[in-house]
Amino acid sequence: MKLTSQSAAAGLFWTAVLFVAALMLVRPCAASVANAAQQEALGIKLAKQAVREDKHWTTVDHSKIERLNQDFTSGDQITQACLSCHTDASMQFKKTIHWTWKVPSEKQGIMNGKAGHAVNNFCISGNAMEDKGCVSCHAGWNDIQGEVNCLACHSKEKFPFKETFADLAAFEGDDDPDLVEIVDDLHRGIQQAVQNITLPRRNNCGECHFKGGGGDGVKHGDLDTSLARPNRMLDVHMAEDGADFACTRCHTTVKHHIAGRLYTRPAAAERKSLIEDDMASKITCESCHSATPHKASTKMNDHTDKVACQSCHIPEFARVNPTKMSWDWSTAGKMKDGKPYEEKGDLGKAVYKSIKGTFAWAKNVVPQYYWYNGSFDNIGIKDKIDPQQIVEVSHPLGSPNDPDARIHPFKIHSGKQPYDKINQQLVAPLLSGPKGFWTTFDMNDAIMRGNQTLDVPYSGEFDYVKTTYAFPITHMVAPAEKSLDCIQCHTRDNSRLAGITGIYMPGRDKFAIVDTIGLIAVLGALAGVTLHGLGRFFTRNGREE
Amino acid sequence: MAGKTMTNVYLYTRFERLWHWCQALMVIFLMITGFEVHGLYTLMGFDTAVELHNFIGLFWLGSFAFFAFWLIITGEWKQYIPTTRKLFDVARYYAWGIFHGQDHPVQKTPGAKHNPLQRLAYLGISAMLLPVQMVTGLLYYLYNSLGGVSLAPIAFIHTLAAFLLVNFLIIHLYMTTTGHSLFSHIKGMITGWEEIRDTSKIQEWETKATRKT
Repeated sequence: MKLTSQSAAAGLFWTAVLFVAALMLVRPCAASVANAAQQEALGIKLAKQAVREDKHWTTVDHSKIERLNQDFTSGDQITQACLSCHTDASMQFKKTIHWTWKVPSEKQGIMNGKAGHAVNNFCISGNAMEDKGCVSCHAGWNDIQGEVNCLACHSKEKFPFKETFADLAAFEGDDDPDLVEIVDDLHRGIQQAVQNITLPRRNNCGECHFKGGGGDGVKHGDLDTSLARPNRMLDVHMAEDGADFACTRCHTTVKHHIAGRLYTRPAAAERKSLIEDDMASKITCESCHSATPHKASTKMNDHTDKVACQSCHIPEFARVNPTKMSWDWSTAGKMKDGKPYEEKGDLGKAVYKSIKGTFAWAKNVVPQYYWYNGSFDNIGIKDKIDPQQIVEVSHPLGSPNDPDARIHPFKIHSGKQPYDKINQQLVAPLLSGPKGFWTTFDMNDAIMRGNQTLDVPYSGEFDYVKTTYAFPITHMVAPAEKSLDCIQCHTRDNSRLAGITGIYMPGRDKFAIVDTIGLIAVLGALAGVTLHGLGRFFTRNGREE
Repeated sequence: MAGKTMTNVYLYTRFERLWHWCQALMVIFLMITGFEVHGLYTLMGFDTAVELHNFIGLFWLGSFAFFAFWLIITGEWKQYIPTTRKLFDVARYYAWGIFHGQDHPVQKTPGAKHNPLQRLAYLGISAMLLPVQMVTGLLYYLYNSLGGVSLAPIAFIHTLAAFLLVNFLIIHLYMTTTGHSLFSHIKGMITGWEEIRDTSKIQEWETKATRKT
């Protein structure tokens, strides 16, 4: 008996030892998740290495350039001065989409881009740059004519050149000493603005890109004026107390071609690091962070073949300023007392405008997720549509079988916009100007004029069709500790990836047959042993008293 | 049962007991964490469940290899040779005899620790179900680095086998209560000593290979 209890104790002891040893080995693994922020992952090291030599230096003080100390009377003169040193800059820039607003499409006779055949469900089309309301962002002094406005991107300050030149034209040549002094002041102001040269900063890019679609945060949802000076919670890369990146840190440039265009094809063919090649034509998170950005041998690193970084690291977009989620053109044109009007909603944004129709705005929006290989499918003004369906004006391309595709977050902007009932095509109404819809409130006439600018026939009959437009969500990267938990996707109900098909996701997916067989087997076993046990109990194992 | 000579026999060595309880703990932990990963309930959180499941699974895989090695070099694998002799007697005992005060048709001896039904069940579990679970588990764990492998069929088999293992565990636990007393089998697996009928003579159902004199 003594021996028995000894062996029992020993058996239990060794069992316990082995199990505790196992648990101790588990510990470092479990703890690694919590410590990931402190312990530097390979990806973070690579990223720091990639941006180490970020300090920009220059050998030019623009205020000492004689040519820039002249009295400018027009924008074109300023650019001529720039070109006297930067001889090829304008020629380079005019080849880029920032000037042309056109991108060749693989479809015959089709040009993508705002000035091309592409349309969206906001202001619909730039009407080959005929629509002055839409071309206020064009980087030329006189819209599409004349010289490039270098200062649009390279000036540290926002200076009212257009008004100042108008004033100059009015006052110059006058002998009135007061006016002479004013003219001198105007010239000095222009000179200072011209000499205050910089690499493009967040504000330079933001002047147009934060306000896409006609106002702050209208279009993207992940790009608005809150990114001019974001805190760390809003964007770890751009925050001053974070990495303090300007846009150009990631959107690298070769001869004024800026990396980052998304709807051209093919998608980024190679996901190479900026360490290997600092001028990757399409920038991805992997450019800095590598394909294994997390701490070594954590499960997250396995996800990077199917899940874009953005999916977990941008939990919501429009976290500071609201973004427009829908735009219904069919209600545009209503008047109050014979005049156009607008109504404001809860978020302080217009929910109705006579010139534009009905809007919906939202903040802290949870993205929608799709397979995405870096390219978009676009419905242009020359494409046939099926008005019975919701028309996907812009939609991400990719599938689970596409090795370049990742599950990626998107803002889906829904719209209701005019289309040609006979030709079954979207149309491009002209909005601004004396003959535009915003003046005439005559949609049929606006469509006729707008389609003319693009040389696309219009039957004269239109109606409204429901559309969607997809924007990849890629800015507003939250700090690691704010990224998504596994359970946000790996759950049966309300998974963020509920709509993602073609893959088996543990926690989200199951095979009904397996669970049914399993349930029957387990319940059967329980019922069997219960009955057997009851039988033994009532027969007292067959023993007589 | 009156008039039977009862004797205490040291049936399970320290290593066997250690192995048994370690395996029991690991399998139960794997079940708890695995079914959380499957989405049946929330207990410790999905990520913790995954992490623990992966770790214990790998640890179990290694220790199982070691046990298989032990089985081979000690010759204990012979305990698992299936036989139909007395098989139906044992089955009949659990279906009928146990309710009618009959004796178990097979008594354990150090040379034959498992009755024919146990041999069949344990062989099936350790030669079929567990290897399936280990292989699919390993594929599940490594599938990212395998390239072009679909997770769905792996998950299908792994989950199905897991349910069958739960099934086994329920019946196994119940069967421990069918000894001389409710806890005598469990006591045997803890102390190594079990109270059995006299084993002085070799049971006629034992195979030649396991026969010990």
